[in-house]
Amino acid sequence: MTQHRNIVTRTWGSSVGKKSVMAVTGAIFLLYVIAHMIGNLKIFFGLTTFDNYSVHLRTLGEDIFGYGGVLWIIRTVLTVAVLLHMWAAFSLWYKAKKARPVGYQHRNPQGSYAARTMRWGGVIIALFVIWHILDLTLGVVNPLPENAGAYQKLVASFDRPVVSIFYIVAMVALSTHISHGLWSGIQTLGGNSAVRQHALKTFSITVGVVIAVGFAIIPISVMTGLVR
Amino acid sequence: MKLTLRVWRQKDADAKGKMVKYQLDDVDEDMSFLEMLDVLNEKLVLDDEDPISFDHDCREGICGSCAMVINGIPHGPQKNTTTCQLHMRHFKDGDTIDVEPWRARAFPVIKDLVTDRSAFDQIIQAGGYVSVNTGSAPEAHATPVDKVSADDSFDAATCIGCGACVAACPNGSSMLFTAAKVTHLGLLPQGQPERQTRAISMLAKQDELDFGGCTNVGACAEVCPKGIPLATISRLNHDVLGATLAGARSD
Repeated sequence: MTQHRNIVTRTWGSSVGKKSVMAVTGAIFLLYVIAHMIGNLKIFFGLTTFDNYSVHLRTLGEDIFGYGGVLWIIRTVLTVAVLLHMWAAFSLWYKAKKARPVGYQHRNPQGSYAARTMRWGGVIIALFVIWHILDLTLGVVNPLPENAGAYQKLVASFDRPVVSIFYIVAMVALSTHISHGLWSGIQTLGGNSAVRQHALKTFSITVGVVIAVGFAIIPISVMTGLVR
Repeated sequence: MKLTLRVWRQKDADAKGKMVKYQLDDVDEDMSFLEMLDVLNEKLVLDDEDPISFDHDCREGICGSCAMVINGIPHGPQKNTTTCQLHMRHFKDGDTIDVEPWRARAFPVIKDLVTDRSAFDQIIQAGGYVSVNTGSAPEAHATPVDKVSADDSFDAATCIGCGACVAACPNGSSMLFTAAKVTHLGLLPQGQPERQTRAISMLAKQDELDFGGCTNVGACAEVCPKGIPLATISRLNHDVLGATLAGARSD
């Protein structure tokens, strides 16, 4: 048997170790997504509040990290986290594919739906994030020029129904991903027990739904004319 | 009752198998699933055909031999029940029933419904034991075990190693089996000295034997004939990660 000398190879070398990396990186995303959602909801306080918030994110900690410094630190952490999360996921996906070379003639899948759609759900979220960055961060697929305000760019983007619908679909995928991922992460890190399981699952589904609603309410508000 | 059976027939490990249809006209609803197969096999023998090979031993739900996937569910539709304890009254007259072997790279098909499950023995050999000095049995009260640990340990110890967890898992993972063994021994005082190396070694062996990784889908716990809870896997994870942080090695 291979002997792993340091903690990195020891962790990465086992399926549970890889999953623990997914649990920790997933927790980083979850915290980020919650902060992002709270920030987004400032759209309901009007153009000035929202645009000021956007500027504030860049001036936050400016004295130490420079203009936009904190944002770049967050972006770096998230990029590293997403790469590790996906690397572990693809590696485990490959291992799972290999584990059942011949499938069943009569398929009757058991267990949670959210769990069985984690991988493709993750792919949908990843594709969405690429579009989302191109649209609202880099602005290359946004109808408005780069120097337009955050509020105007958001409204212009969601004025395209296809974009809004894609956004809502992605939020449903995110919600499903979190509903299983949060609980699964706790189980992976050893925090589940037969007594706690039901409460943990309910909590995770609640968090997933709250996040989906918190995000999806914005394109819905733009489409229904509540936010202009 | 009349039944149509579609059973996986495969001559040997290297042959290409297929589903073969059989008609049964006189199935008694009080027969067990295996007795129903016995009746079919008697018919096949009289017709000069090769009877269907399947594993069975105790026929009372404790040996873990009777491995077959019935209509896509390991051990069939009845919860907490092995195939041998599943009775035909749970099916309806005129039903078509699909019977397949466990499907996993680590459990290759030997013939028909018989698979080689010695991969589980290898996982046990990697750490599923406690090292004790032989001799006369020690006084039972010398090592106190609290009631909760004793009960949880016993629940895990009911695992019969049938492999239904692997068969049901979309990832072909044996986590529930390994977790049951790690929980069974790890909760008792006698299991403490080897607790860390046991968890690490058994998991490493499972990974090495081409079982997939767990994604906490819970299909295993749904089909487990002994009702081993999904949370058992959390205890395995806890022990593995604890041992990883502490620097335990799988040797």
